[in-house]
Amino acid sequence: MVELAERFLLGGLIVSVFAVVADVLRPKGFAGLFGAAPSVALATITLTQLTEGKQYAALEARSMIAGALAFLVYAIACVYFMAKKHRRAMPTTLAMLPVWGACALGLWSLFLK
Amino acid sequence: MRIHLNLAPLKQTHWHEYVTRFLLGGIITVATGLIAKHFGPVVGGLFLAFPAIFPSGATLIDKHERDKKRRAGISRTIRGRLAAALDARGAAMGSIALAAFGFLIWQCLPHHNAVVILTTAVSAWLVLAVLLWRVRKLHICT
Repeated sequence: MVELAERFLLGGLIVSVFAVVADVLRPKGFAGLFGAAPSVALATITLTQLTEGKQYAALEARSMIAGALAFLVYAIACVYFMAKKHRRAMPTTLAMLPVWGACALGLWSLFLK
Repeated sequence: MRIHLNLAPLKQTHWHEYVTRFLLGGIITVATGLIAKHFGPVVGGLFLAFPAIFPSGATLIDKHERDKKRRAGISRTIRGRLAAALDARGAAMGSIALAAFGFLIWQCLPHHNAVVILTTAVSAWLVLAVLLWRVRKLHICT
């Protein structure tokens, strides 16, 4: 329970810090880089390497590469629907999450399973 | 365009939007840990690159741009969506750097000091992301 609370606090804190940095940086395209900041990864790997060991954390980081490539496809899909089809941000970014999931699982089953 | 700070969005952002981001970040980090515990680190690791803050950030950008236009008397505009699309384009470049962050940790963490590797990996993420953004600005790739 304590470990979950630590994860919650550290994750919330790091995500918030990166989000505030993204808010105040200009131009907007540059600030967008922080939308893919390693916030959850930093919090998780910091705590995981302490509790489960470095090998376990390294294995998570290897899978993270597939997750990041899925994020790339997800972000490109969001650009397409918002810039070309003029769809609103909230429904688009949420509706495209299954694209991330499908790509991540696809890469997992092809290379990591 | 030069990279600079604009503190005005901090005033536009309501306190509940900060709370939402904190809760989202916390919940996703906890969920990632639970997934790794249940399904193992290989599946759990995928979620380290889950688009956690991107949807809320893009939604806020869209909303703030629409509010700005509404205050200027323009009720129908696509400016918010285009601004959010710009943000997504930045996130696409950031995600390539995110893969490099994962690669560095995968290769170096087992053999070196964790604090040094995590600090180096975050720095490498930032440097590569900025480099990609600058290359994009030079229109070398579109």
